[in-house]
Amino acid sequence: MEPVLDVHQLTMNFGGLRALDSVDLDVRPKEIVALIGPNGAGKTTFFNCITGIYEPTGGDVFAARPGGARKARLNGLKPNQVTEKGLARTFQNIRLFPNMTALENVMIGRHCRTSSGIVGAIFRGPRTRREERETVARSHELLEKVDLAEYVNELASNLPYGAQRRLEIARALATEPFLLLLDEPAAGMNPQETLELDELITRIRDEEGISILLIEHDMKLVMSLSDRIFVMDYGRKIAEGSPEQIRVNPEVIKAYLGEEAV
Amino acid sequence: MKNKNPIVQSLLISLWFVFLTFPVMVIRVNTVEDVVEWRWWNMLWVAVGAFLLSFLWRYLLARKARGPRAGSMPIAQRIAGNRKLLVPFLAGLAAFVVVFPLLFSAYQVNIMITALIYVVLGLGLNIVVGLAGLLDLGYVAFYAVGAYSYALLNHHFGLGFWLAIPVGMAMGALFGILLGIPVLRLRGDYLAIVTLGFGEIIRLVLENWNAFSFGPSGIANIPRPGLFGIELSLHQATIYLYYLMIALVLFTVFVVNRLQNSRLGRSWLALKEDDIACQAMGIDRMKTKLAAFALGATWAGMVGVIFAAKTTFINPASFTLWESIIILSIVVFGGMGSITGVILGALVLILLPEYLRAFSEYRMILFGATMVLMMVFRPQGLIANVRRRYEYHGPDEEPQAERA
Amino acid sequence: MEYFLELFLGGLTRGSIYALIALGYTMVYGIIQLINFAHGEIYMIGAFTALIVANVLTLNGMQGIAVLVIAAVAALVWSSAYGYTVEKIAYKPLRDAPRLSPLISAIGMSIFLQNYVLLAQTSDFVSFPSLIPDFAFMDPVAHIMSSAELVIVATTVVVMILLNLLIKYTRMGKAMRATAQDKTMAVLSGVNVNRVISTTFVIGSALAAVGGVLIASHIGQINFFIGFIAGIKAFTAAVLGGIGSIPGAALGGLVLGLTESFATGYVSSDYEDVFAFVLLVLILIFRPAGILGRSTTQKV
Ligand SMILES: Nc1ncnc2c1ncn2[C@@H]1O[C@H](COP(=O)(O)OP(=O)(O)O)[C@@H](O)[C@H]1O
Ligand SMILES: [Mg+2]
Repeated sequence: MEPVLDVHQLTMNFGGLRALDSVDLDVRPKEIVALIGPNGAGKTTFFNCITGIYEPTGGDVFAARPGGARKARLNGLKPNQVTEKGLARTFQNIRLFPNMTALENVMIGRHCRTSSGIVGAIFRGPRTRREERETVARSHELLEKVDLAEYVNELASNLPYGAQRRLEIARALATEPFLLLLDEPAAGMNPQETLELDELITRIRDEEGISILLIEHDMKLVMSLSDRIFVMDYGRKIAEGSPEQIRVNPEVIKAYLGEEAV
Repeated sequence: MKNKNPIVQSLLISLWFVFLTFPVMVIRVNTVEDVVEWRWWNMLWVAVGAFLLSFLWRYLLARKARGPRAGSMPIAQRIAGNRKLLVPFLAGLAAFVVVFPLLFSAYQVNIMITALIYVVLGLGLNIVVGLAGLLDLGYVAFYAVGAYSYALLNHHFGLGFWLAIPVGMAMGALFGILLGIPVLRLRGDYLAIVTLGFGEIIRLVLENWNAFSFGPSGIANIPRPGLFGIELSLHQATIYLYYLMIALVLFTVFVVNRLQNSRLGRSWLALKEDDIACQAMGIDRMKTKLAAFALGATWAGMVGVIFAAKTTFINPASFTLWESIIILSIVVFGGMGSITGVILGALVLILLPEYLRAFSEYRMILFGATMVLMMVFRPQGLIANVRRRYEYHGPDEEPQAERA
Repeated sequence: MEYFLELFLGGLTRGSIYALIALGYTMVYGIIQLINFAHGEIYMIGAFTALIVANVLTLNGMQGIAVLVIAAVAALVWSSAYGYTVEKIAYKPLRDAPRLSPLISAIGMSIFLQNYVLLAQTSDFVSFPSLIPDFAFMDPVAHIMSSAELVIVATTVVVMILLNLLIKYTRMGKAMRATAQDKTMAVLSGVNVNRVISTTFVIGSALAAVGGVLIASHIGQINFFIGFIAGIKAFTAAVLGGIGSIPGAALGGLVLGLTESFATGYVSSDYEDVFAFVLLVLILIFRPAGILGRSTTQKV
């Protein structure tokens, strides 16, 4: 099947530092793919390059909604344009809108799927009102999906840590993506929360029918969730394969445990 | 500052300020008669003032550090939250506003019109600064664009006031967009200085391009607003303008309020909170900022037309940097983002100096001090913006914006 | 040709002054990412202090180069003191506030200081004694370059060199560079950031004072408002060169000074102040990182 995300030879330099070195990666429809690697390997940079937050030095990024239009080239697009195309992300260090409620945070995610502008805002005609109603309803649904309905009117900054991570997921889902990029979604969660997250991510994939690419350090989570795993070290892809293959890959073991372990 | 004894500390601070202000405050050289004035009294004032103020400063800092006291609600919120208080209060206010021009002299009404002009300007700038978080220091430029649009089009083509209003708005918007497109891509603090520069450019052009703007001598005989062709006496015209301004204030409040609680208003807020996350959620940063900037400019353009019609004479001196600063002070003092705050801020900052003539000399220095003190001690302004949040109550209910 | 040379040297002189003031903007921006709107006022206060001190000395019968030196030192001392105090009052309490807050506070401070001098001194232009003597050896070229211009350019060069040495080789200079690069890391490695910030304000203010004294004595009159325009132009110079970069400030000052001089000389003097603004807008649009600045990617 045609991949939903197809990355060729992605390269990113910061001054002298090569944070990404000709990385190839692809994600297929309804697949859960993990991107792992030691700290500083360039995983977050990879996300930033795909989502238009950084402009990659070289390489190509293609994406296509499954069953939808032709592949679109994402290089050079602004972050909001990438999101409009159907890629949505969360951030490693949570970036919610702290002084907005949980519901409002998710409503912001609906922004690129709604259209009322200045005139609509001032006159608030039937179309605008309907759109607002739908925005609220859909946002609330998403809060329920990530199990945050109890916090609906709570300020994002008042939410517990694990809830903030899930709120970011709901906000990203609100943009109606076909590919969800999660940057360390389990970071800072306790084992119970991680278990729930595992279940949530699978459920999102199944119910929404979308693909998920996640960066994660929790190996147990990665192994149980992923269909395929990509491993990065020092900006380069050092391995890819099924969880079973990665588990026994000597390169990967070396990268994680250092020379002496081999 | 190692010494923790507050009195000793304050004494040291007082000493420091005596030293600091010594040349400027104490000595004044009269270069015409070649004599030196030594104003020793000033030294005493500085010493005593600094000593006392340093206590107040420390107290206020400590109070701010403690955070808001639990259970204490600001007066405005208490009134707004309580229908029993709010309804009679609003009714009384409305009655006063309606009968005001009948009770007071034309002079007073004129002052009130000026204040109302600043209310609308403040509310307009509030869209840019308060809602969208863009620091625009050249707001007066758009005001000038509106005023000159009316004055020039009237002078050359006899354009009437009511037609000039949409034209002024369109011109304001046009200039806002033209300036906004290049500069809104920049970081926020660059925007401040570029708009500042832009405001000065417009003024300099108006001053120097005589063939176009009639230079410093300005344009006179601008007609007052018409009322279905009825001839109005000066007094009647003033009263008419007063009611016009009241209507405009109400209209502006309505618009700003609607904007605040809309998809657009939400995206402004989100952009202020975290612009990277905002873009990652699919919001076009440029478009969103431009909407706010152009809306602010539109309002300034409109008020510019009214200003020209009110004074019947304009020249570049009415559109200096100080005007921008005054309008910004109103927004900062009243409370960025807060409609009630900005209205109150405009009334206080414009009416007070009018009635306390003695203190009008100190107006600008107090505005400057106000901005610093407000930022340090009360960044939310006189009346904090009680932002409406979407409260979710149930699936079938009309979504309602309610006071938090 | 002679006209060209005259304009060139005039531009060099202007540029030197802009560079001196621009350094203050650039250093402060480099360390706390704030446009210190009050910086132009510090320069103005430097000029006023020099004026007051020089007048008092001359009226008491003192003369010659001694007046210049004492007035300059006084300007240096008081400008630095103002810079230090402004930071403590208007910026330090706002270190963790949203970005808009210190910016508004800075504008407030700028207006406050302007009006403070207006009220305590005068709103009129006051004539500034020409403290820089005419050197005999400059006589042959006096019609294109005055002694004052020579002193201005030379002083600027010397000051720049001193500043560079200070930043490269002293402990404080290293701490400043460290703080500019990464504040958190600087704190972790034991740098006293408050001290670094204060020192930055003091040094920047002192440089502005030098500029203030030189230009006031060259032009011959000052008022409370001179800091505003000079401030914007110096900021333009800083942005032009690449904000945060010290050689950039020097280069930016030079480019701006020359542009202005030639534009007023060959195009029109009515719009003297417009050229700087136009240049500022253009540079921000086409090369926001400035001539020497490197564009960096904000880490997300
Ligand atoms: N904006 C940036 N500027 C300079 N260096 C950066 C930037 N973003 C990331 N880096 C560098 O790129 C490398 C990879 O970082 P990152 O992608 O965050 O790693 P990971 O997410 O795998 O832990 C690191 O050395 C980091 O310091
Ligand atoms: Mg990372």
